[in-house]
Amino acid sequence: MHFFDNHKKLFLTATLFFVLLTIFVAILPAFHNQLINAPLPQAKPLSAEALKGKALYVAHGCVSCHTQQVRNVEMDKVFGQRPSLAADYADIHRMDFWRNTATLMGTERTGPDLSDIGTRQPSQDWNLVHLYNPRIVVKESVMPAYPFLFTLKDKAEEGDVTIKLPEAFAAPAGKQVVATEEAMQLIAYLQSLKQTPLAEETPAPDFLYKKKLAAANAEGGAAAEEEELDGEALYVAHCQACHQADGNGLPGAFPPLRGSKVVMDDDLNLYIDIIMNGYDSRPEYGVMTAVGANAGFTEKEVAAIINYERSHWGNQGKMVKAADIKDIVDFVKGQAK
Amino acid sequence: MIAFANISWYLFSIAGPMTSELPSKSAVFHYHMDLQDFMLWTLFFIFLTLLLLVVLLVERIRELSGFLLRDKQKKHNQSFSDQVKRLNGQQIAKILRFKRNQHTLKVLFMGLLGLSSLLLPQPLMAANSLLQAASPSVSWGKAGFIITLVLLLIPTLLAVILLFVKINKGIRRLHMGAQKEEAKQIAQEIVANEDPALEATLLARQEALTYRLAPDSLSGNHLANDPKGLLALQEGVEIPIVSRKKKAVPRPYVEPALGKLVLWYLMTACFWLLFGTTIGEYVGIKFVAPDLEHLSWLSFGRLRPVHTNAIFWGWASLAMIGLGYYVVPRVSNVPLFSIRWGWYALLLINLTVLLGTIALMAGINNGGGEYREYIWPIMLLFGIGLLLTLINFYKTIGRRTTREIYISNWYIVSAIIFTIVISIVAYVPFWQHGLGETIIQGYYMHQGVGMWFMLFTLGLVYYFLPQQLNKPIYSYSLGILAFWTQILFYTLIGSHHFVFSAIPWWLQTVAIVGSAGMAIPVIAGTTNFLMTFKGAWYKLADSYILPFFLVGTIFYFTGSMQGTAEAFRETNLIWHFTDFTVAHSHLTMYGIISFFLWACIYAIVPRLSGREAPQITIGAHFWLALLGMMMYTIPLMYGSTLKGLMWMEGKPFIDGVAFMAPYWLWRAIGGSLMWISHFFFAYNLYKMLSATKELDLGEEIIEQIEQVKS
Repeated sequence: MHFFDNHKKLFLTATLFFVLLTIFVAILPAFHNQLINAPLPQAKPLSAEALKGKALYVAHGCVSCHTQQVRNVEMDKVFGQRPSLAADYADIHRMDFWRNTATLMGTERTGPDLSDIGTRQPSQDWNLVHLYNPRIVVKESVMPAYPFLFTLKDKAEEGDVTIKLPEAFAAPAGKQVVATEEAMQLIAYLQSLKQTPLAEETPAPDFLYKKKLAAANAEGGAAAEEEELDGEALYVAHCQACHQADGNGLPGAFPPLRGSKVVMDDDLNLYIDIIMNGYDSRPEYGVMTAVGANAGFTEKEVAAIINYERSHWGNQGKMVKAADIKDIVDFVKGQAK
Repeated sequence: MIAFANISWYLFSIAGPMTSELPSKSAVFHYHMDLQDFMLWTLFFIFLTLLLLVVLLVERIRELSGFLLRDKQKKHNQSFSDQVKRLNGQQIAKILRFKRNQHTLKVLFMGLLGLSSLLLPQPLMAANSLLQAASPSVSWGKAGFIITLVLLLIPTLLAVILLFVKINKGIRRLHMGAQKEEAKQIAQEIVANEDPALEATLLARQEALTYRLAPDSLSGNHLANDPKGLLALQEGVEIPIVSRKKKAVPRPYVEPALGKLVLWYLMTACFWLLFGTTIGEYVGIKFVAPDLEHLSWLSFGRLRPVHTNAIFWGWASLAMIGLGYYVVPRVSNVPLFSIRWGWYALLLINLTVLLGTIALMAGINNGGGEYREYIWPIMLLFGIGLLLTLINFYKTIGRRTTREIYISNWYIVSAIIFTIVISIVAYVPFWQHGLGETIIQGYYMHQGVGMWFMLFTLGLVYYFLPQQLNKPIYSYSLGILAFWTQILFYTLIGSHHFVFSAIPWWLQTVAIVGSAGMAIPVIAGTTNFLMTFKGAWYKLADSYILPFFLVGTIFYFTGSMQGTAEAFRETNLIWHFTDFTVAHSHLTMYGIISFFLWACIYAIVPRLSGREAPQITIGAHFWLALLGMMMYTIPLMYGSTLKGLMWMEGKPFIDGVAFMAPYWLWRAIGGSLMWISHFFFAYNLYKMLSATKELDLGEEIIEQIEQVKS
């Protein structure tokens, strides 16, 4: 065609075609989305320290392996209570003159999603140990270790945060591992990553591609209600990171559950209180956060976890029924700190 | 394409009971295969197999009875000279010898042909009765019943197969017995027959069989006269380790200054390939051994973008642009507009990758969007380099002496224009707040791949493939169709990296539809390349360059169509966020882009330097790269598919990590092979550039004459 034998016409046509499509498929939708979306009313902006932590998160390329998007599909439910919304990202702007906006949604999930990690894993002790070397707490992890975010000191000074390490990873004798300011900022950022609750009248969008099983259970009504929850899955999801798969915990960091007095005791009050509201009265171990309250456990989850912990690693404790502990769970919920 | 996605879905659905709970919410056309359907299909296939076996058996038996009947009739009808035709030379010689010694050795021959008794195997009638017992009179559709039926039929099937084998064996023995009988009769005839005519027949046949031409009966004894110059003398031919391929043909004159520029582009590209894949190799090893060292500059999160960016902007971009500097002036039939600008661009792009690498390792990056990790001041250098290249190419084409613009230049110049547009869209901040950033990121990361690497490389292939095959491209029009459809569909598909995310649902759907549309340019392109090969396939064995083109073409089809398959919501559910994406990007960036680029480099460098690389190291490069890539991608695809299913099952996240360990090891092994192959490539490039030139006797003589004259 003669038209295309003219290089001006040819390349102008191609460029216009491409630019036009670009405007419609990228620029206009981008503009439109930043116009129509605003942060949720209850959203809290990042603290100054968390902002510095976010810059570190970006600098270390954490987004290579960690996403920050809970997709609206059933399989992502483990990472957050609701799918991520456009509003969740609406308040993210250009980092500085040199760097672009970092929504940090990510495209690879070699490590777990972190959209709601502040709720899912709030323990500072755990996060610090995990950052120092992930394999201390999660044997199979392939995450890089970040010992360069810690310093060795002969004696911790006032305000220093030290971490407790098991023998295999311990610092040279007489030295203490102290978290640097950067480590604390990074943890502050991680702890600030929480899904903002929606206003009460706003229904959360659905998770799609539900499992058939779940649907069947919902229809099953009363029969399904009685069914026991999977204690092992709950333990793996909520407890194992610290107390470990073998129930031995980590000496010097997290207490063992194997043969634990609290676990085996007939008096359930303290046990359930710890599960729901955390614990901090033993100086030799780290602080336990309010795991149950954060995850919104009902008596069913609590009972499943208790029964799992009382029947494993040689533990042989009395089994409990959800209905029997309902009162205690409701009571300790009221005592939440 | 939707059907295609569904088919792949079945494959996974029937993989095990764990998938029987997989969801099927969306589409009306989605067919869900449950255990019962699976069993019904099994039943169907078992019956089909049974039927097939029965038909085969009937056929065999008919064959056998035919043979036996025919056997009885024909024996005496055949003349002896016909029988003799069934013997070979050696056998005839033996018989002749025998005839001559017959009187002394008469009896021995007889003993050799004893009859072997035949035993027909007992047919397994039990199998048939089982079959009858299983024929259903109960209502269909009860899963339990169907399962029982299948379980019953499996041993039946085995029994029938056994029966088939036995009968087959029997038939063969029967057949052999009949043949032996025949042989016996002929032998008896030979022994009994004292007629001299028999010997004469045998002798005549022997002579015919052993006929040979005399060594010079077809050639004569004159010296070879070669007025058309078809023969070439090759000295010092030894037994080769690799098959001998054709040498590069001398091509039209290339301006030495241009040649030098192109070679520098290719050399720096090769450096970044070595550097980038060394990083890649190291990053891959980190999956297997995460505690190798704990230096912030070498931590995984920082090195990963170093690897991808060095390969993108260092290796592939520099190699493409360098080859472009050869192609654009060549197909325009004019010298390049400005060689100096070419050097500036080379410097700027190398500077981009160098500074970018250092910045990334120091922890300075743009915010985490893939392939735009370089901060804008660094990427600006790359942009200026592109702009210089664009003006240079455009002005060259403007001065062309041909009327039409060859298709290569459509692709190459458009690729540069589009990439400049893409970079501007990606780095200008006005539309990148909140979700805007994600929408732009999806657009950018995929246009970078499709509009820069793919479009440019296709342009190069449209020049180099016909050149190497020494024939025109199959269809110019297909190339143009592919060009416009690539722009139309590729521009739309970026958001498929964010399916199920918070970006608008309609935008995700547009991206998925666009991904399906990509089938048009991909099939058009593949057809064009393969049809260009047609009629010249024999050249493949002759050339060390064409195999690279063929691999590139194959992966252009499979790799691109895999991308389409990954984009659908159903498949996205399994594969998104897993290492499947990593395998896919290596299949394409490596299998398509790198293989095509290597093909072009091996085609062009000997022409510029006059030297060729040793074939054995080119072969090593090819095979290590190809095998390495397969070992890298196949385990990753397999493992990550299962990992995706584990996620859907709701298995704890860490289980998926532990599960991937062996596949990550395979990735490291395959990656090592790929990495080693690049050292062979670097060595080959070195050899092509600076190996001591083989002495050309003719050139030397002319030189000597000229020296004598002066």
